[in-house]
Amino acid sequence: MALSRIRTLTLVGLEGHVVDIEVDIAEGLPSYTLLGLPDTALTESRDRVRSALVNSGYTWPNRRVIVSLSPAWLPKKGSNFDLPIAIALLVATGEVSQEQCGDIIFLGELGLDGSLRFVRGVLPTLLSATKQGFEKSVIPSANRGEGNLVRTMQSVSASSLSSVVAFLTHGEHGDKESQQTSSTEEFSRESHLDLLDVVGQKSARYASEISAIGAHHILFVGPPGTGKTMLAERIPTILPPLSHERALEVSAIHSVAGILGERGALSTLPPFISPHHTTTAPAMVGGGSHMVRPGAVSLAHEGILFVDEAPECASGVLDSLRQPLESGLVTISRASGTVIYPANFLLVLAANPCPCGKYTGRGRGCKCSSVQIRRYLQKLSGPLLDRIDIRTFVEAPTRAEMASDIFGESSAVVRARVIAARDSSRERYQGCSWSLNSRIPPRELRGRFTAEKSAMAFLHMELDSERLSARGFHKVLRLAWSVADQNGHTVPTKEDTEIAYLLREGMDILQ
Amino acid sequence: MKQRKSSLKELGANGEEAVSQYLQQKGMRVIDRNWRIKGGEIDLVCDDHGAIVFVEVKTRTSNMYGNPFDAITPDKAFRLQRLALAWMAMNHRWGQEYRIDAAGVWMDGFGACEIEHRKAVL
Repeated sequence: MALSRIRTLTLVGLEGHVVDIEVDIAEGLPSYTLLGLPDTALTESRDRVRSALVNSGYTWPNRRVIVSLSPAWLPKKGSNFDLPIAIALLVATGEVSQEQCGDIIFLGELGLDGSLRFVRGVLPTLLSATKQGFEKSVIPSANRGEGNLVRTMQSVSASSLSSVVAFLTHGEHGDKESQQTSSTEEFSRESHLDLLDVVGQKSARYASEISAIGAHHILFVGPPGTGKTMLAERIPTILPPLSHERALEVSAIHSVAGILGERGALSTLPPFISPHHTTTAPAMVGGGSHMVRPGAVSLAHEGILFVDEAPECASGVLDSLRQPLESGLVTISRASGTVIYPANFLLVLAANPCPCGKYTGRGRGCKCSSVQIRRYLQKLSGPLLDRIDIRTFVEAPTRAEMASDIFGESSAVVRARVIAARDSSRERYQGCSWSLNSRIPPRELRGRFTAEKSAMAFLHMELDSERLSARGFHKVLRLAWSVADQNGHTVPTKEDTEIAYLLREGMDILQ
Repeated sequence: MKQRKSSLKELGANGEEAVSQYLQQKGMRVIDRNWRIKGGEIDLVCDDHGAIVFVEVKTRTSNMYGNPFDAITPDKAFRLQRLALAWMAMNHRWGQEYRIDAAGVWMDGFGACEIEHRKAVL
């Protein structure tokens, strides 16, 4: 047969689109034409496929070979088309029959020796494939872990082109150990960090806990070396573990970025991403000309995005976070198309109080002028700061705290409280469109979900005296719900509300 | 060196001869051979029931350096196209139907000969 058709998927964002690979071998002089908007990596597939076929012992058809990737309008990129093109050629030359390949998805890059190599984005590709009704796939053995995660898909992993052909023609398995899941390996990489390591910092710990309960964005301000970064790094350990579904979603994004290896594929620990403060806006929100890659905000999906030394960030970089903070998504438009990645993260910012970093409560040893101090934190723009619910000081631990051998609470203890508080809030919001305190819509805050009367009176007083803006009013109320959940109150009391007020408005350095 | 060169030339001539006999068996009439101008050479020009056929012949003793058809590069094909038009202009055949064929010949030097003829390759 001189005509064949093989199917694979290509990713646009996290969405997989089915691509039909048709091969026609026609009479004429030897030539190879690849149709359907291939990018450079894909155009190069011609030489990889040719060498792989010849070195695996198959003959290259010395005729006019036309490979068409349809739909023709969709730009195709990457090396994961190597294997499907090779299989389509083998079907066209009669080595493999078309029936044997029926409804199997092929993915993989070929080495010149015919070996099958790791490709990016296998997990989201397979997830989309199952949604579109496919049940079988052939993937490189280096991607086996990802294949095993998709339980509704029967994934065969192979290490070479010839073992794929052996599987197709005889149904026998190329790799002996392939189907055995080493599931422990997928779960194992849990954090070795613990809140126990942090000395003192009672109020900052408390702020972190409230932040974790309601997913409130948080800003730590404090002198260098007091533990801002330490605390931030440990917030993932007090967040509730990710559900299976969420863990898959997070792993899918990491798979597209090609960094899944650094994280257990099914790790339930929320991701912690800390871009350097010199990072660019495209690296933060995602970008790239051919393949639009997820940025830091998407890698931190369902986890923590930690920006250390936030005032040192280039102007615009932090402000590019405003849109994803609002919508939980990033939409990136490039010449190759528009891509949407999820970006539902908890933002943690850390900053020094002034350029020299020593302007703390006692202000001892600070060399900065009052203007410098005022300007420094003003580099965080108003609209961004407005979205940060909790602002807290991280003071240097005292001598007594350093000497003490009584440790603070461990992550496990705090996490249990956070989970309990989240459970009670989820119960409260049953049937609502949100489940976290930080997401209560303003209308509901004034209707169904108000605080106690005395608490509301307190807030209205602050509003009257213009110490609180309308937006601040809502923010404090949302925080008050988290404080109430932590205290086990069914409705925020006046005390809860006052604590919430302090957490948000208590830092005069920002006014 | 000189001997090697002449033997290569001989091989090419033998291949062309074999192809012309093969094509005549198939009912084509050879009307010109080794037509040469400044721009290059056409190995065979035949008449296939009214259509003019230009044939490029490639002869090999083995596939060690690739299949004979591989030797017809895009550059060579472009030249063939131009030569064909030049031939038609100079032989007052403008407007007549024509096509360009390729023939691959494998000769092992002991008399065995295999021919593959591909029609309308351009």
